[in-house]
Amino acid sequence: MNIELRNGRVIDPAAGADRGANVYIAEGRIAAIGAAPAGFRADRVIDATGLVVSPGLVDLSARLREPGLEYKATLESETQAAVAGGVTSLVCPPDTDPPLDEPGLVEMLKHRARSLHRSRVFPLGALTQGLHGERLTEMAELHDAGCIAFSQADAAFTDLQVLMRALEYAATFGYAVWLRPQDATLSRGGVAHDGEVATRLGLPVIPVCAETVALSTMLILARETGARLHLCRISTAEAVELVRQAKRSGLAVSCDVAIHHVHLTEMDIGFFDSNCNLVPPLRGLRDRDALRAGLADGTIDAICSDHTPVDEDSKQLPFAEAEPGATGLELLLPLTLKWAREAGDALPMALARITTAPVRILGMELTGLAPGQSADLCVFDPQAWWRVEPSALYSQGKNTPLMGMELQGRVRYTLVDGAIVFETNSR
Amino acid sequence: MAFNPQIGTDGKLKHLLTIEGLPMEVLLHVLDTAKSFMSVTAQEVKKVPLLRGKAIFNLFFEPSTRTRTTFEIAAKRLSADVVNLNIATSSQTKGETLLDTVANLTAMHADMFIVRHSQSGAAHLIARHVGPGIHVINAGDGRHAHPTQALLDMFTIRHYKGGFNRLRVAIVGDILHSRVARSEIHALTTLGVPEVRVIGPRTLLPRQVEKLGVQVYHDMAVGLEDVDVIIMLRLQQERMSGALLPSAGEFFKSYGLTPEKLARARADAIVMHPGPMNRGIEIDSAVADGRQSVILPQVTFGIAVRMAVMSILAGN
Amino acid sequence: MTPPDAERLLAALAEQIRRDLKPETAIVGIYTGGVWLAQRLHEMFGLATPMGTIDVAFYRDDYRKTGLRTGVKPSDIPFPVEDAEIILVDDVLYTGRTIRAAMNEIFDYGRPRSIRLAALVDRGGRQLPICPQYVGAQVQVEGDELIELQRDESGRLVLRVTRRGE
Repeated sequence: MNIELRNGRVIDPAAGADRGANVYIAEGRIAAIGAAPAGFRADRVIDATGLVVSPGLVDLSARLREPGLEYKATLESETQAAVAGGVTSLVCPPDTDPPLDEPGLVEMLKHRARSLHRSRVFPLGALTQGLHGERLTEMAELHDAGCIAFSQADAAFTDLQVLMRALEYAATFGYAVWLRPQDATLSRGGVAHDGEVATRLGLPVIPVCAETVALSTMLILARETGARLHLCRISTAEAVELVRQAKRSGLAVSCDVAIHHVHLTEMDIGFFDSNCNLVPPLRGLRDRDALRAGLADGTIDAICSDHTPVDEDSKQLPFAEAEPGATGLELLLPLTLKWAREAGDALPMALARITTAPVRILGMELTGLAPGQSADLCVFDPQAWWRVEPSALYSQGKNTPLMGMELQGRVRYTLVDGAIVFETNSR
Repeated sequence: MAFNPQIGTDGKLKHLLTIEGLPMEVLLHVLDTAKSFMSVTAQEVKKVPLLRGKAIFNLFFEPSTRTRTTFEIAAKRLSADVVNLNIATSSQTKGETLLDTVANLTAMHADMFIVRHSQSGAAHLIARHVGPGIHVINAGDGRHAHPTQALLDMFTIRHYKGGFNRLRVAIVGDILHSRVARSEIHALTTLGVPEVRVIGPRTLLPRQVEKLGVQVYHDMAVGLEDVDVIIMLRLQQERMSGALLPSAGEFFKSYGLTPEKLARARADAIVMHPGPMNRGIEIDSAVADGRQSVILPQVTFGIAVRMAVMSILAGN
Repeated sequence: MTPPDAERLLAALAEQIRRDLKPETAIVGIYTGGVWLAQRLHEMFGLATPMGTIDVAFYRDDYRKTGLRTGVKPSDIPFPVEDAEIILVDDVLYTGRTIRAAMNEIFDYGRPRSIRLAALVDRGGRQLPICPQYVGAQVQVEGDELIELQRDESGRLVLRVTRRGE
């Protein structure tokens, strides 16, 4: 189908471009920007006046809960949520049930996702079998089946020798390893940041050093083995500084932050709101400020949603017993825009953190707004207000600390491979 | 959760979940009401019909005979009907969810729940989900709060010391794991005690505890100097296995209350303990049974204070 | 309205009661005004049985509306209630609810042979079927007025009328 997006504000963070222009799409690709290509006949014209036309969002972490955890969410509901949030490509962690440590599981997942014709799904393969941290997985086979990198999700490593060897093996093939820095024993039993709020509420704690000790270990091992390391969900000021120094010293490492940690702190736990039970935990004010500074100076490369749908029963428990996680696919865009506004940042720079930067981390030719590229686009109204309510979310996960809040930024159209996979008429 | 879940839209106390956030007037009101009930306890007829026809459910997810018995006596003295539920918690036998239990009991026309649970925040969760007109009293949730214990301790202090604004109070022991300590700190600071000290080894003190308005001491002899009130906390045996302490013996040596250490405090200082006591671990028998100990009166005051809390809530 | 002289009413009340007095009669006063009156009567009659005092705070029926008062004094009935002949004394009789509460409280102590009520002032407006056997005076008080018994430093009893909110 030939589509013309007329009169939108076209932002291409990769090219640093931000201008009013028409966009022409044909055969699943961007045919031209600005003037129509010769002989172009549009099958559909979309009036994008007042809307932003941006590359589709790339979310570095979204749990789809299939296979195995379908009572929490399904591929249908979550990929629907993804495109409703303007996310055209997403990376899912390997902590499904069973974990993604078999090529067959990965193939099935990719096949199911493809047949839904919504967002592209890029699975992370398990780094070790069963995520137990003992035996390596068949990384080459998993890569051929479609895994773009390897990860331990939230399962911690207790045996550093295994970790080192896993990194070395991955480095053999040039595979990236994505790790979340949290030491198993230092964080044992903890659910909240070791600070004033946990002291007042009497919650078991995860000290800052649980993140920094693991982070330092990972940096050293990455240097030793030459593996390409991506650090997931940084949460502390000290960790930001460690990454800053590592980058300065020339180490090729990347890192991301979850969007909730850019906005919320331990104070938001309030009277034991289990929707604020997150992994890593919400930290203090100075940590949040350091994360924002890290995003501003590029120490932190990308923002992800860390989308984790949790069923209501698992949240309606005393704080420490509740299952951690927050829904996020549909909040990634408005919350990123909110951060940009608060930081006084230009829209292109903010969008880069959820489009071009994730693409760079994935090492793929993905979304972009240059003629010839696949037309994965997100067309949104940056001014539109909407209220976060269960009925407003497509995701089965209604677990969010922001329930009832009003946010600015609503997706109107999402395109993948030049096809409109989501549109909403409510203006 | 913007506003305080303990206080209803009419500004009156709806639940008693934690001392934190309660204004001084509310605490004093409880103490004054408890004083009236003390005289009832001294009467020949110890029962009053205030809560006649009301059903009070003791929901104890964590076992406790002492606290439960005190609440039961208090409720019966108010002529209420009491139902005791000891719900064993086992991670293997999940069974009914916490909220399902509460919903079922509400359907049995409960007017008040007294809740004890091993997890911080359990009472808040229950209070958020009970129907209108049902009151929740927190009898201890994890490490977070034990408001009625703190109130009876404040009653004890006022009984022996007259007031709060000229006192030095020291809380000794495992503050990190103690809901009693947290509630007492809030009560003492709210009531205007000028100096509240916590004394313990670093492993048993929570991070940034000074932010609660206390001064930290690791040396007990120094910390007890010129103190008017000493509150000893119970040390649980599990602390040794969690690498927080080497042994009960070493704890007693540094942080146990002996006559020698007690002598550092003022001559008229009182010694309190929320109970049950571990003699020889946190407190020496000579002190526990000595003339400065008010540990037994604390128990009597506990009944009057709990009668006060229940009748204030039921009347709101 | 000008309130009557409390001391004169007390004398009149005492005369009424004296006619029915027996050696074992017991007097119980309701806090606070009733206790002052009971003390004076007990002294006047030189009764053998010690006097009783009750605070009806915990037996009131408006507890849910007005909440719990502080400063509740201990009720003290230092004689066996079982089979006693009691004269209950209060300063102002109005709706009758205080008397109902006082009787409930007395019955928690035992079963008296009889209870008779002595009120210094009866202002009418009964909401319960309560009726005094001995009254100092019946007075008409406006709906928004309060009549109360006070005692000055010398121990002299005085009645005062105030508008609500004064």
